[in-house]
Amino acid sequence: MSKFKKKAEVKQEIPTSSMPDVVFMLLFFFMVTTEMRKSSIEVKQQIPKAAQLRKLERKTLVANLYIGQPTKAEYGSEERIQANDVFIETGDIIRWVNEEKSKLAEAEREQITIAIKGDKDAKRGIIADVETELRKGNARKVLYTAADNSAERKN
Amino acid sequence: MARSTPEIPNASMADIAFLLLTFFLVTTTINNDRGLSIGLPPPPDPNKKDEIKMQEKNIFKIQVNSSDALLVEGDPMSDLSGLKESIIKFIRNNGQDPNSSESPQKAVVSFKTDRGTSHKRFVEILDIVQGAYYDIYAEEAGVSNKEWREAAAKLSDPSSKAIYERGKRDYPMQISIAEPTKIGN
Repeated sequence: MSKFKKKAEVKQEIPTSSMPDVVFMLLFFFMVTTEMRKSSIEVKQQIPKAAQLRKLERKTLVANLYIGQPTKAEYGSEERIQANDVFIETGDIIRWVNEEKSKLAEAEREQITIAIKGDKDAKRGIIADVETELRKGNARKVLYTAADNSAERKN
Repeated sequence: MARSTPEIPNASMADIAFLLLTFFLVTTTINNDRGLSIGLPPPPDPNKKDEIKMQEKNIFKIQVNSSDALLVEGDPMSDLSGLKESIIKFIRNNGQDPNSSESPQKAVVSFKTDRGTSHKRFVEILDIVQGAYYDIYAEEAGVSNKEWREAAAKLSDPSSKAIYERGKRDYPMQISIAEPTKIGN
């Protein structure tokens, strides 16, 4: 009996003294990788999927355009373009491009890339109109943002 | 003099850290900056009406209508699995088949949509067309498709740039995205 009693006395506890360290490590990871969203997106954003994705070389050269149906009914059901935190019309795109370009260093202005974040249900018509304006505004590098599906389907 | 050593209570430290961690976990959005990259053509010149005459055989036509149905070289296609192979075959034809492209430099993949085509379908087809080119580039450079695309993302590194250029040398990516038709929408 005494033998069994001795066994039962062995403490079975997970050492928790290193827990703060572990948590801090995770915390630092998220603090470093996090990027606060500057504007709330007011259009539907279900990004289409593709396999042949290209990564951008320089993130600072990217300006985002969000295209899709507004999420709030008060803005109607027609697809809209959102730049920064306002809706813009296709006619405003050239001005917007120039504003975005002026934020960059002079030597890099022509390398600006426009990331078109189109909702998967957005129609080609509005996106083609945007492309036409971008051509006029001389921002001809375009990236259609897409999610990776190469794991699901071999292409 | 007080003998007790002054100590900051650190029992709650884990709780504080957890609270901060949860905050960052919730607010974080890992930015997705990946996608299909294309270069748009220069703006149309209103003074010049340049109609480029091209031989029919050097154009690989893909058309998508407003209900997302596909027409490839004039024939309806519902199964996309063979599309990439036929594009690769078209680009690498080099005049073997007299009804297909003469050389990779002359071969153009023309992709025409309708205003009513969904963005999802557009991306899906563009993905396949670019995939065909990337497959060729990767084969030319002797790497895998993914490795070639990764090399293309860091051209500042000379060895990556060599891979990038070795793949691209003989095969210019000529994808023409035509102005959409106005039937749907």
